[in-house]
Order: sequence, then C-alpha cells, then structure tokens
Amino acid sequence: MIALPRTNSTVGRVFEHRFLQYRRTFRSSIFSSFLSPALFLTAMGLGLGSYVSSSAATSLGGVSYLAFLAPGLLAATAMQSASFEATFPIMGGLVWNKIFHAMYATPISPRDIALGNLAWIAARLAFIATVFTAVIVLFGAAASPLVVLAIPAAVLTGLAFAAPIAAFAATQRTPDRFSNIFRFGITPLFLFSGTFFPLTSLPAFLQPLAWLTPLYHGVALTRGLSLGTIVNDPAFALVHLVALLAFIGAGTWALLVTMERRLVRG
Amino acid sequence: MPDTTSMPLIHARELTKRFGTFTAVDSIDFDVARGESFGFLGPNGAGKTSTMRMIGSVSPITAGTLRVMGMDPATEGPLIRARVGVVPQQDTLDNELTVRENLVIYGRYFGLARAEIGRRADELLEFAQLSERANDQVEPLSGGMKRRLTIARSLINEPELLLLDEPTTGLDPQARHLLWDRLYRLKQRGVTLVLTTHYMDEAEQLCDRLVVMDKARIVAEGSPRELIERYSTREVAELRFAPGVAEGLDGRLEGIAQRVEHLPDRVLLYADDGEAAASAVHQRGLKPETVLVRRSSLEDVFLRLTGRSLIE
Repeated sequence: MIALPRTNSTVGRVFEHRFLQYRRTFRSSIFSSFLSPALFLTAMGLGLGSYVSSSAATSLGGVSYLAFLAPGLLAATAMQSASFEATFPIMGGLVWNKIFHAMYATPISPRDIALGNLAWIAARLAFIATVFTAVIVLFGAAASPLVVLAIPAAVLTGLAFAAPIAAFAATQRTPDRFSNIFRFGITPLFLFSGTFFPLTSLPAFLQPLAWLTPLYHGVALTRGLSLGTIVNDPAFALVHLVALLAFIGAGTWALLVTMERRLVRG
Repeated sequence: MPDTTSMPLIHARELTKRFGTFTAVDSIDFDVARGESFGFLGPNGAGKTSTMRMIGSVSPITAGTLRVMGMDPATEGPLIRARVGVVPQQDTLDNELTVRENLVIYGRYFGLARAEIGRRADELLEFAQLSERANDQVEPLSGGMKRRLTIARSLINEPELLLLDEPTTGLDPQARHLLWDRLYRLKQRGVTLVLTTHYMDEAEQLCDRLVVMDKARIVAEGSPRELIERYSTREVAELRFAPGVAEGLDGRLEGIAQRVEHLPDRVLLYADDGEAAASAVHQRGLKPETVLVRRSSLEDVFLRLTGRSLIE
C-alpha cells in the first residue's frame, strides 16, 4: 500500500480517484513496466542489432543499433501507454460506470475531470519512462547523462497523443472506433516514425508526413538526449519541443470542449 | 449573503429547457420550501429528469429563472453542488473500488478532510445497513444494496437538499420499503427531499406536495390528498362484466357516479360512496361479474391527467 497524495485542488481530487483505482494493480504494473523494455531491448537491440550494427553502422550515426533503438522505443512506448489510458478509461467514465457524471454532481467541474485525467496520464507516463530509462542505462545503451531528460521528453510525447485521443474518446458511446486508432494510427506510427530505422530509409515523399506526427518529434528528442547529439543542434531540438507542446495544447483545448459538452448534455 | 431561511429553497419561474428544437421543459413554475418533501410525477419523457439536472446545476437552463438556496446555477454551480446530494436514475458507483472506498473518494470530491470522511462513512454505512459489506467490492452487491450505497454516498457532504431521480425503480418490494424508511428518516432530520417517480404509492408515501408533469409542462400541483379531491372522487367502484356485456352498456350507467370510465376489461365508477354506486348498478338490473370498491388513489389522478394511452 502506498499513501495517497494530499492535495485539495479540484483537479487534484480527480487525480486522487485514478490513483485509488490504480493502487490495486500497482505491483503487477511495476513488474510489467520493467519487463517489457528489458525483453524488447534484448531481442531487438542485442539479438537483431548484432546483425544490423555490423552492416549499417554509418547510417545510424556511428552508434550501435541498441543505442539507436532504445530511446526510440522509449518514445514509442510512451505513445502506446498514453493512447490506451486516453481511450477506455475516458469513455468508461462517461459511459460504462458514469463516474465522471458522479463527480460532476459535486463541486468538481468538467474542466477538473479533463485536467485531472491528463495529470494522471502524465504521472503514469513519468513512472513508465523512468523505469524504461533505467533499463536503457542498465543495458549500457545511453551515451550521455542527458538521457535523464529523455524522461520528460517521453512524457510530453505521450501527452501529445493522450490529449487529442482523450478529446475524441469523450465523444464516443462505444469503443468500436478505438481499434481504428490503434490499427491505422498507433501501429503504423510505431513502425514508421524513426523508431526502428532512420526516416531517411523511407521514400522521399513519405518523409515530410512524419513531421505531422508527434512520435517523430518525440523520437528525435529522446534519441538526441540519449545519444547526447542534441547539443549539436539545439535549435532543431527546440522545434521538436514546440511541435509536441502544440499537439498537447490543441489536444487539451479539444478535450476541455468535448468533456464539457458531454457532461452538460447528460 | 442573502437571507436564505425565509425564501424557498428552490424557486423556479418560467423554467425552460430546450435541446435544439425539442422542448424538454416548457416554462414551469414551482417553489420548494426548506424541509419539504416534493415530488415530480409524470410519464417517461415528461421532463422530470431535465428539471432535476437543472436544479442539480449540471445542465444550464435555456430560459426563465432558477434559484437554488438563493443562488444562480449559471454562476454558482459548484457552490450549489457542494450543498446538494444527488441520487441519479442509474447508479454511478465505481465498481473497481470497495463499498467504503466509494464513500471516501466521494467525500474527497467535496474536499472534506480524511478524518471527517472516515467518521461520516462509518455512520452512513450503518444508516444504509452496509457496515458488514464495507470492504467488499461493489460489483456483486444486489440492486437494493447498490441503491442504498448511492444514497449513502449522496449524504457524505451532509446536504441540505437531496435530489432523487426515480430512487426505487427496478427494486423488489422489500428493498423499496427499506429505502422509503431511510428516506423518511432523512426527512425527519430536516433534509429537503426532491424526487421524481412514476410510482404512485411512492409519491403518496414520501411527498408532502407534488406536481404532475406531462409533455414538458406542469398539469397539476398539490398534496396527494388535495389532488385526489380535486381530480378524482373519494372512492372508485371497479366493475367487471361478462365478455360482450360491457359493449351493450351504453348510457345504462348514466347518473350513477360522478364520472364513468370504460376500459377494455372493466368499467370504473368514480363516486364518493362506492358501495352506493355499486348497489345502484344492481338496482338497474345489471349484473357485473365482480365488484371492487376501493379508495381513490393518486394513480387515478395521474391517469386522468396524463391519459391512458402509452406515448413513447
């Protein structure tokens, strides 16, 4: 058992509810947060990587495939976790057990419910990213102490997905369309946003498309921090950061609108 | 701070709610006094729930005036909600948490201190007869238990006003009577109850005063007794005739009762003396198969005002 955080803001009380729910699955979640990156880095980074590194070391910027892959997977994992947390729990609170309606009957406002849930997702991401980054360091895959900053970069990457997806989830009455988000959104991005191979390997006409996706910017940041190459081009890093913040800002605004509309309508 | 003790707890004038072109509540007026137990009766779709949601300050009014405890829901919604308890039509419990955790987290939504919530939660579990289930998950509880937990939860902020939207729909008779008993105790403690129902016995049991809503408007208002006196007679004689006989009765029951209503399976005679009406029927040579004389109920009022045909 872990103690509940003490806060008295209305947003904080919504966060507290998610925390209370999460306490039940806390132990198993620590384990899977650690196990999943360890397995991936072993299989893909060390196993597959031993073939890749010997043949294509220069196109990866002169680092091992493991060092190239690990920060990309960190960002992609943040995306996946955030997308899951932004779909079912948001729609569930509005449709299945209607606990958001129960909250709205108290001094809690729709805005508090929206922001409290995003804050919870941010906290979950911080936890997942911290464990993941520790695994990267244990594997000797980090080249720079700046890797610590890959944790907040991964959190921002996740939120850039969570906010707009939650805004969409708050408009849904069934989970039917969520599988489309994963099938046509999350999975292709996972594969084609520079996580497993540099974007320069893609056909030229596809490369600008990557700029429109948050994951590309997230991977660029986490990789730049983990490899330490970010210091070579800080202006570019700033562009990636601004891009992520823009997705988060627009998504949060949309979520405030859809959550309010849904709860007021009943 | 306005003087709220002398003014009605809820004050509505020309209160209106529209969803696009659909009018759910059409310019209704009512006042609810502090400590009163007030009911909204009406068929499904009459506008009861929309009215409750406006009072609960979660649904903005389209037109008219609404004051709850002297405050305007449009600008002071959170302050109103802090002093109101809500029992929604469908339970909105968190099935992933235990019975007690549901109470505790709800108290937190009101910003109450943990020690205070703990004290109140124990009391409320006792009140709702759920102390033995305190640490059980919510999911396997019976419908009646979940309903009692929802009511207990709505009391965690010690509300002055309790809004109950169809509190006993779907419960078995034992569970309903237990709930009525709990609600009656709350009323005796001075909590103002506002409830919607389409159970007439519930309205007669619980409401000091009620309004009947039909098609978004209030069609009658008064105490259950007043409404029966105004819209019905003291007694009703229900006559059942052999098949085929009822059709040939045209005019033969004229003058026996204040009002005669022909239903597919029976004839209802509305009269202050039901026995006298029934014997008058026999004196005219008619032989109903069965005669039942009963007191007039709110149900007679309700059906007279909102009609017998099913409109959905």
